[in-house]
Amino acid sequence: MSKALVVYLMSGPETPELAEAAVAGGADIVELGFPFSDPLADGPVIRRAAERALAQGMRTGPCLEGLAEIRARLPETPLVPMTYSSLLEAYGWDRFAADAEAAGATSMIVADLPAGEQPGLRRVQLVAPTSTDERIRLAAEQTDGWLYLVTVTGTTGARDDLSPALAGLVERARRATELPLYAGFGISTPAQARAAAELTDGIVVGTSALEAADQGPSELSRYVASLRGALDETA
Amino acid sequence: MELTYGEYGGRFVPETLIPALDELEAGWREAWGDPAFRAELDELGRTYAGRPTPLTLAERFAPGKRVYLKREDLLHTGAHKLNNALGQALLAIRLGKRRIVAETGAGQHGVAAATVCARFGLECVVYMGEEDMRRQHPNVERMGLLGAEVRPVEFGKRTLKEATSEAIRDWIATVETTHYLIGSCVGPHPYPELVRELQSVVGREAREQVLDAEGRLPEIALACVGGGSNAIGLFAGFLDDSEVKLLGVEARGASSLGVGRTSVLHGSRSAVLADEDGQVLDAESISAGLDYPGVGPEHAFLRDTGRATYVSATDEEALAAFQQLARTEGILPALEPAHALARVPELDEELVLVCLSGRGDKDLDEVLRALGRR
Repeated sequence: MSKALVVYLMSGPETPELAEAAVAGGADIVELGFPFSDPLADGPVIRRAAERALAQGMRTGPCLEGLAEIRARLPETPLVPMTYSSLLEAYGWDRFAADAEAAGATSMIVADLPAGEQPGLRRVQLVAPTSTDERIRLAAEQTDGWLYLVTVTGTTGARDDLSPALAGLVERARRATELPLYAGFGISTPAQARAAAELTDGIVVGTSALEAADQGPSELSRYVASLRGALDETA
Repeated sequence: MELTYGEYGGRFVPETLIPALDELEAGWREAWGDPAFRAELDELGRTYAGRPTPLTLAERFAPGKRVYLKREDLLHTGAHKLNNALGQALLAIRLGKRRIVAETGAGQHGVAAATVCARFGLECVVYMGEEDMRRQHPNVERMGLLGAEVRPVEFGKRTLKEATSEAIRDWIATVETTHYLIGSCVGPHPYPELVRELQSVVGREAREQVLDAEGRLPEIALACVGGGSNAIGLFAGFLDDSEVKLLGVEARGASSLGVGRTSVLHGSRSAVLADEDGQVLDAESISAGLDYPGVGPEHAFLRDTGRATYVSATDEEALAAFQQLARTEGILPALEPAHALARVPELDEELVLVCLSGRGDKDLDEVLRALGRR
């Protein structure tokens, strides 16, 4: 089976066009950042992208409108907003879930809302190398569609090498669930993508996708295609 | 959701930290219930930190009142922060963590963290906003001399909020070997409770001392509130004494309890200066220790239940109180408790207890600048 490629983009005026470019390059799922002023799970690249997006007025309302526009352009692609609790607290947890779904969201990710909190809110759960087996089971029970494996003990951002912690995490997660496992945080090169995909069912790229997106849609498309090629070698 | 203080508190952090918070909570419960741990902490308080700190009657500061100052400014390192740092350092050692990461605003918590790390031979990294490094420069030098590494935080407003975010990001990456020595009663559970308990010595001592001096309890107890650790420590001594009013004083430009909304910042749900979309706003205060858009969740709870009241003081009012205390009592307070002092003269109550949470040496440059003398 082909490995899934998840590409993270920050909400912004150019994001609909960038999302199309990512899918043209071979992305299967688009994760859409709704920026927060104090993103604890993110390294400097995504933090700066969030600051820029906020300066451009990308608040919750405009982000939902952007999501709806991407949905109109990409009717088949799963779209997953990724954000932080403070936005949902302000907007209303249930109202956010309803409005995101109405705008075309497939699920969502809330980076600072661990499994067990707000169990009524359907979302993709994250597990990390530090997670206990019990926490992995809880996250697997509550997750929506797939489980997000955080490959590193750390924040988002490119790393020199694929995390050695991933293999053990995959093994423990496989014991807990038959759902697809997608690995993210610290994956940026085709070689890392290939190595991660050999262990998992797919990968998530964020920081490097944003850096490519800064160069425009064609560079993003080229970058995503390079990952696609690497993943297809493992399929 | 399991929240700790009514609708406030909780653990809004990435999954990576949850096992460490579980471990911290279990370790904390065990330590706090262990007489040997308590005895060691008490002993350090007496022989190293200078506990109990005195209670001073400030007769000339507010004529017509009996104003007592709880002198945390006389604690080793010059502020109440050491109470918390000592307790958390002992806890870190129990948990097998030999590296400490901390945030600091005014630098008082950073100095306290650096101090305990020197004392116990722990590695210490302190995150501090560039703007705070400028305005609290003596404390930056102090941390360096104590062997800590001060890492400048160069984004956003470059003050306590950003320093706290960076300290948490460091902890996310190093959690297996590192203890996060948070400086106030904020952050994810169990930190607000842990810091409150470690600071409650302030209120316990003050209660006894006022009773000894006056034969009755104070009518009102005041403290400044940034994150709120000196206030929660003072209030803890009087929460069950319903006749004692509790008053927290925020900086006017950092009044999260006064004008903030319920939001999520740095791992807990509390009152936060945030806009209608949940984006956190910048605080603004002359006092680096109060210059923070969030506050401990227990304060939000005490506000809602009505047990404590929260007001604010402006930069100018704090500066005036700073000078007034200096000239009438021969005490230079830190700018943070100067906010609490500023509200004293107008109180209806006669017997007043104020937590003088720190000394003003660190603020001399800032005060002289603000007064146009430099």
